[in-house]
Amino acid sequence: MSYAIEMRQIRKEFPGIVANDNITLQVEDGEIHALFGENGAGKSTLMNVLFGLYQPDRGEIYVHGEKAVIHDPNDATRLGIGMVHQHFMLIDKFTVAENIVLGREPKKNGVLDMKEAVKVVRELSEKYGLDVDPEKKVEEITVGMQQRVEILKTLYRGSDILIFDEPTAVLTPIEIQELIEIMKRLVHEGKSIILITHKLKEIFECCDRATVIRRGKNIDTVKISDTNPTELASMMVGRKVHVQVNDAPYNPQGKVLEIEHLNVADARKVEVIKDLNLTVHGGEILGIAGVDGNGQTELIEAIAGLRKTKSGTIKLNNQDVTNQRTRKMIEAGLGYIPEDRQKHGLVLDFSIAENMVLQTYYQKPYAQMGILQNKVIAKKAKKLIQEFDVRTPSEKTHARALSGGNQQKVIVAREVDRSPQLLIAAQPTRGLDVGAIEFIHGKLIEEKKKGKAVLLVSFELDEILHLSDRIAVIYEGYIIDIVSPKETNENELGLLMAGRKKGGSEA
Amino acid sequence: MSNLLKKVNWMTLLIPVISVILGLLCGAVIMLVIGYNPVLAYQSIVESIFLQPYYGGETIRAMIPLVLAGLAVAFSFRTGLFNIGVEGQLMVGWLASVACAISLGHLPKILLLPLSIVAGGAAGALWGFIPGFLKARFKVHEVISTIMMNYIALYTTAYLIKNFLYTEGERTPTIPSAASLASPFLANLTQGSRLHWGIIVAIIAVFAMWFLLWKTTKGYELRSVGFSPDASNYAGMSVARNIMLSLTISGIFAGLAGAMEGLGTYQYMTISSAFTGIGFNGIAVALLGLNTPIGVLLAGALFSGLQNGGLTMQANAGVPVELVNIIIALIIFFVGSSYAIKWALSRFSRKGKK
Ligand SMILES: Nc1ncnc2c1ncn2[C@@H]1O[C@H](COP(=O)(O)OP(=O)(O)O)[C@@H](O)[C@H]1O
Ligand SMILES: [Mg+2]
Repeated sequence: MSYAIEMRQIRKEFPGIVANDNITLQVEDGEIHALFGENGAGKSTLMNVLFGLYQPDRGEIYVHGEKAVIHDPNDATRLGIGMVHQHFMLIDKFTVAENIVLGREPKKNGVLDMKEAVKVVRELSEKYGLDVDPEKKVEEITVGMQQRVEILKTLYRGSDILIFDEPTAVLTPIEIQELIEIMKRLVHEGKSIILITHKLKEIFECCDRATVIRRGKNIDTVKISDTNPTELASMMVGRKVHVQVNDAPYNPQGKVLEIEHLNVADARKVEVIKDLNLTVHGGEILGIAGVDGNGQTELIEAIAGLRKTKSGTIKLNNQDVTNQRTRKMIEAGLGYIPEDRQKHGLVLDFSIAENMVLQTYYQKPYAQMGILQNKVIAKKAKKLIQEFDVRTPSEKTHARALSGGNQQKVIVAREVDRSPQLLIAAQPTRGLDVGAIEFIHGKLIEEKKKGKAVLLVSFELDEILHLSDRIAVIYEGYIIDIVSPKETNENELGLLMAGRKKGGSEA
Repeated sequence: MSNLLKKVNWMTLLIPVISVILGLLCGAVIMLVIGYNPVLAYQSIVESIFLQPYYGGETIRAMIPLVLAGLAVAFSFRTGLFNIGVEGQLMVGWLASVACAISLGHLPKILLLPLSIVAGGAAGALWGFIPGFLKARFKVHEVISTIMMNYIALYTTAYLIKNFLYTEGERTPTIPSAASLASPFLANLTQGSRLHWGIIVAIIAVFAMWFLLWKTTKGYELRSVGFSPDASNYAGMSVARNIMLSLTISGIFAGLAGAMEGLGTYQYMTISSAFTGIGFNGIAVALLGLNTPIGVLLAGALFSGLQNGGLTMQANAGVPVELVNIIIALIIFFVGSSYAIKWALSRFSRKGKK
């Protein structure tokens, strides 16, 4: 039997790094094959080789058993290979149908036959259950639907082998479920799929086999029915994965953060925090659960002095710090891992060393009489890079050049190292792979053990349930309830997040 | 990955070099088409600068305000701001230094000269601070406010000269020699060029910009705000204060450029109805110099050399002087299209690998 795709001993080097080191990938006809590995493992590179965007330095590719030389994406398309990129390549102002037929327009007497295009797209969409309206403009449709347009683009070009590069990274949970259904349907209709991902859950939901790569090398190809999540995760990171649990006994100490009757308005003067009360103690992780947009961001910004409050008080270590400037808050003992790490957490064009002192650059020993002590800063950065396992060639590397997980480690290193009384962690692990998540969870638990107060904001219920000593559910700008993770479950939290208190009463 | 970064740096460095080469080549083609001999023309430029002391001296002399203006623009760029007001800051700096020199003419040189230089810098600082304040406080875009400040400077200096410092020839009186940067020694050395001691001020300024931006905590803050106002704000820095500071310091460099003209080259200030052009050329110098202090120095030298050496092209090769301006414009054009050059370079190096 021949494989739909067989890549043999593929090697691809970039200056200074071997992205693919003799990787072999065999995809059977009609299967969903996962390509699984941490960020930077070389997954996208391998697929770009298959799609003709990169030329391999060595190795051979067989498509349906025949040796293929793929110079560019046109060759790949001719061979029936289609790729759905992580960043969509659609034209906003064009309709769905226009985008799909672009470059291969159906023509009548030499002019574009739009009617025919709409018809073809509609038929394709129905056949695979994709549910897109061919006449809508791309700018009017959701991200999930844009992704389906990308899928249709490949189908329209006659692809029977589809590559998805981390398709779920941009989707909401519901959209992810829909995508999984679509993939199953595609396979049912005779297509083969390569799914790039670093999320275990998706693999176990829809894949037949998985090829694991780590740091550019083949680790193994396994049948999903013969393995389990822990084993697969360990294969990916190359050591045993310990799921970090918050097992330290819960003995809360003094109040570190006290918020009373807080009201905050947004830019349009709409109240987004309404009479909110919350206390975080030393030695505890307080998780804030809630649906995005219920005031989480505004609450944190108010605490950090980034947003003016309307009324109410915020106390840090028994001192009134309401509407203090951010610098004062930091000096008073606030650490903050912001939600948007690239926009708010790092100066991307600064080196790692410079980023490590973003709040402390003016203090001793990093500065003496207004003069930066670059040697001291570099030494500190080197130490933190080692301690926090930041994968980088040196401390002089720009933050921009790091992967997402390593960027986050830089931020966590900087914030934790300052040993703040209160550490706010907003979505600290979003978009990271298992290894990095495990690491950051471990650090948060460590802070708790040191007696610090940790305020964790996350949309991932798993994460909240896993780490918190207490869970405060935020709904429309106030705390609707505070529950213990041991006495609750995802169901109850889900109801609270939707505004329903216990006993079924509408809040 | 470190290799990758090195490569990028190396390529950014190549861009100005390639732009200059392309500019000169295109200039040569234009000369050929019109029927001049480009080899003769370029030879004349190079020979006059390096072998004729007068042209060498004038080149350095013209470099002084050009480099300072370039530093002013580059400094603001580093903080994420675009100071188009160098021209106006330069004019008020020029007048302030001349006015200071004349009104405190009784002071000894050791006091008067530094004081007059400082007066020029201070006036430039004020002229930079105002747009900075407007931006920080009322979010007025600095490009608009600095352009307006240019016109205010043009007419205000004219008014002030006419009413308070007027002398025959539509200009201020000549400054006392105790405030002058001119030097008979340098003039003799260069066969009568107007070269003056301001070159030392310009070199100190180059060093000062480097030191300030990369060695001090204030410079760290300014660069941080320039790269990412959001992250800087989250880290507890005051974005508004840094905007004001940046344009103020930028204004100092520009004001010094004016002081160099007032105390060095001309020794007075005329009532002018048009801008000097130095401030605008400063933008080109900063661009070509990649907004680095050393780059600004080199770019300033190049433009100044082309302009002054170019004066001899007419006699030696029959080429009109204006061609130099075309070449400079071409160089700026190529730097401006650096995106295209970058793209071509990366294509080229990838092809080379295959
Ligand atoms: N065009 C490129 N030039 C240089 N290095 C690259 C390039 N593309 C990827 N890399 C490097 O190759 C490695 C593998 O990257 P990639 O295939 O994107 O990983 P993944 O998709 O598994 O996250 C990374 O270290 C990355 O920095
Ligand atoms: Mg990738």
